[in-house]
Amino acid sequence: MRTAVVLLPGLNRDRDMIAALTEITGKKPHTVWQTETDIPDVDLIVIPGGFSYGDYLRCGAIGARMPVMQAVAEKARQGAMVMGVCNGFQILLEAGLLPGALMRNATLKFVCREVKLEITNANTAFTRGYDAGQIIRCPVAHHDGNYFADDETLKRLEGEGRVVFRYAEGSNPNGSVNDIAGIVSPEGNVLGMMPHPENLIEAAHGGTDGRALFAGALGLAA
Amino acid sequence: MTIPNAIPITDELIAAHGLKPDEYQRILDLIGREPSFTELGIFSAMWNEHCSYKSSKKWLRTLPTKGERVIHGPGENAGVVDIGDGDCVVFKMESHNHPSYIEPYQGAATGVGGILRDVFTMGARPVAAMNALRFGAPDHPKTKHLVAGVVSGVGGYGNAFGVPTVGGEVEFDASYNGNILVNAFAAGIAKTDSIFLSKAEGVGLPVVYLGAKTGRDGVGGATMASAEFDDQIDEKRPTVQVGDPFTEKCLLEACLELMASGAVIAIQDMGAAGLTCSAVEMGAKGDLGIELDLDKVPVREERMSAYEMMLSESQERMLMVLKPEMEKAAEAIFRKWGLDFAIVGKTTDDLRFRILHKGDEVANLPIKELGDEAPEYDRPWISPAAPDALPEGSAAETDIADALLKLLGSANHSSRRWVWEQYDTLIQGNSIQIPGGDAGVVRVEGHPTKALAFSSDVTPRYCEADPFEGGKQAVAECWRNLTATGALPLAATDNLNFGNPERPEIMGQFVRAIEGIGEACRALDFPIVSGNVSLYNETNGKGILPTPTIGGVGLITDRSRMARVAFAAEDEAILLVGAPAGWGTHLGQSAYLRDIHGRSEGPPPPVDLARERRVGDLVRKLIEDGIATACHDLSDGGLAVAVAEMAMASGIGATISEPGGNSAAASLFGEDQARYLLTVPKAQSDRLLTEHGQASDVTFQHIGTTGGRELKLGNARAIPVEELRRVHESWFPTYMDG
Repeated sequence: MRTAVVLLPGLNRDRDMIAALTEITGKKPHTVWQTETDIPDVDLIVIPGGFSYGDYLRCGAIGARMPVMQAVAEKARQGAMVMGVCNGFQILLEAGLLPGALMRNATLKFVCREVKLEITNANTAFTRGYDAGQIIRCPVAHHDGNYFADDETLKRLEGEGRVVFRYAEGSNPNGSVNDIAGIVSPEGNVLGMMPHPENLIEAAHGGTDGRALFAGALGLAA
Repeated sequence: MTIPNAIPITDELIAAHGLKPDEYQRILDLIGREPSFTELGIFSAMWNEHCSYKSSKKWLRTLPTKGERVIHGPGENAGVVDIGDGDCVVFKMESHNHPSYIEPYQGAATGVGGILRDVFTMGARPVAAMNALRFGAPDHPKTKHLVAGVVSGVGGYGNAFGVPTVGGEVEFDASYNGNILVNAFAAGIAKTDSIFLSKAEGVGLPVVYLGAKTGRDGVGGATMASAEFDDQIDEKRPTVQVGDPFTEKCLLEACLELMASGAVIAIQDMGAAGLTCSAVEMGAKGDLGIELDLDKVPVREERMSAYEMMLSESQERMLMVLKPEMEKAAEAIFRKWGLDFAIVGKTTDDLRFRILHKGDEVANLPIKELGDEAPEYDRPWISPAAPDALPEGSAAETDIADALLKLLGSANHSSRRWVWEQYDTLIQGNSIQIPGGDAGVVRVEGHPTKALAFSSDVTPRYCEADPFEGGKQAVAECWRNLTATGALPLAATDNLNFGNPERPEIMGQFVRAIEGIGEACRALDFPIVSGNVSLYNETNGKGILPTPTIGGVGLITDRSRMARVAFAAEDEAILLVGAPAGWGTHLGQSAYLRDIHGRSEGPPPPVDLARERRVGDLVRKLIEDGIATACHDLSDGGLAVAVAEMAMASGIGATISEPGGNSAAASLFGEDQARYLLTVPKAQSDRLLTEHGQASDVTFQHIGTTGGRELKLGNARAIPVEELRRVHESWFPTYMDG
């Protein structure tokens, strides 16, 4: 199993993501710097969380315009599995690889806590390790995770089963419309999510609910 | 030699630089001529209280700073302590009190930025942060605004930089109304064989400026931090720096990359008094002169004077001495991270600090004397009067359940979740205890079993009543909190916040607190390896409570044995360890007396350091041996609050027997020191009680059993754990958002 992690200045959960992918695949992921346009053929490309370019201008706006993101977009068009977590999700939105926007949390405050996620569609490569309707634990840590899209886009996302994670049991931490925590592209090969599954993959994290996501995406047994 | 001076050096100008007439005379004697305006600024920056420790040095020297594991004690950017396997922990705590009162968001943010820089300047990657925050009375008109600004500033910087905030304190007291405290702690991990220091070596080597550009922000900040406040304090806002955590994160990565390349000879971050302090430090430590050409310094504002450039406290900047042959490779690393890289000077052999600007020499000073010849004061002090004994009947019996709920729902004892959920506590994936327990704990990355524990502690009301016992207690409580997770306390950093040292009664508090801290550190083998002194914390002549914050670090060798405060299971025995007969006796200066009876009286609880150590060592052993299933130290609010916290953390209730002997209030709310609560399976309990009866040197008393969904304290009304939680969790959000 081969994976790649995109590196932009200001991302800061890259080390968490690299540790998680190493733990799960047994192999260190490739790292791809912002100026590189050549991404090797891998089974999963991840854009990790953080504050790329300090979140100045708009979260993810500058990162989305770096050369490496054109390469990621091209790979995605060819069907590669791409996953963006937190700032990575914001970058995927700004790059136009997923629809909608992430606004400031409704509380206007940064929030770091564990939430509950419902698996609303278990028929994607990313969620096949879970059961539909299953509730899992997952931490969040963000200032701008309040998902929003216009009515038409929402209808399409919901109708096509592209909302794959939803905040459950009243644990929506940011005011996201329809409790949306994660969505996929129409082809199902691009996932964007605010919560951090990479921080819940080993016993020392206090749980392993995030493991099945990576295992599913990589076609491994969880 | 003369240096042309466009600005006349008047008595007013000297006073505005915080220099006393005798201090100015010292400058004249030292250089044999009138200083230039730039030189006056440089002296002011080096000789203010914040940078020179002129009032405190004499007393700081009495603290124990050495130990088997101590690699570098005070005097470097941060303390360095060996944790085995070729690794060391690098840590320090520092105040940013004055700036945070003037501009809470940026003041707190740059406080965090500064302490992180101190840690990674030494070659360590930061792995944990804490913040000890003290605000005025909740009903003071500025308090809410300051809490909101400081908390979001701490989070705004630490979260974006990417360090987990794993602990800290938040306390309210009217004495901080005009002078809040923001004490930031950071710790990093490095290899013991690659620690970087500020001492320059070699003549004629390039002095390199790295990081962000220099602006006018923070000019005179260190001098401002060495003065009392008055009503015109808002006019000082331009002296507060502006933080950029994005640049700091890039600076961290670039510095670590550069250090790994072998190019760095010496490195010093630009903190207080920026370019001045860092350059003097590097030269003076290395017995070398430094020449700086300010025309080469990257600036972000036009027409900056030499004075402004030398005193700017713009953030996220570093000064280095590099191996000349590696200049190109070093520059490439900094360019990759989008940071400035400029050769701004060189080391010389003449021991002069020379500043060139637009073709003129604007300063030429003896470099060693700038630091070494700073005034040092043996300020007069008077020993604080011993507090009166607590009068009989000070604490009329109250309903125990009501008192507990009132304490748990009070400003100072309610949950701090509202605060720490705004901090990223999980980033780096190594946090195994986040705030809410006795100490924050992070795994040592790359090691299969080791972890580090962190705690920050002081009880200012104890220090006010008796600075000596209060100083001892701050150290003992920190040591106890680390021990309660199963960690072996290794060393500590101190952040000493006091009022105006020119007043003998304040100086007396300072001296006695240091004596207490020193005594406790020696008795507990807990050396002070770094620290910071913040004096003049007063407004309009009214000082804060003396607040010597102690930040401690402990080592857990097997993290699978780490203890938490949450009850682990139902039907386990609850043991009280280290307590006198009757469980608790001391109500003087207790939270109960203050918050239930509205009285701040009596002496604080004395700390018997030998007993502290005996009890703690045994508790740690029971945790390491896997016998204790949960552990919590007893502090504010005594036994009742501690057992309630264990119940709330787990959702499991408890039944505690009726205390005998003393008044129920003293048993349940007394704040006697060196006590812990443990839970153990019932089968273990009998054995422990037989071995450690009331006659043994570490007493064990079986006080109750875990189980159910209610907390029942003796004959008092049972309280559902859910109700405890509701009360405990509601004060902060109601206060801030309500």
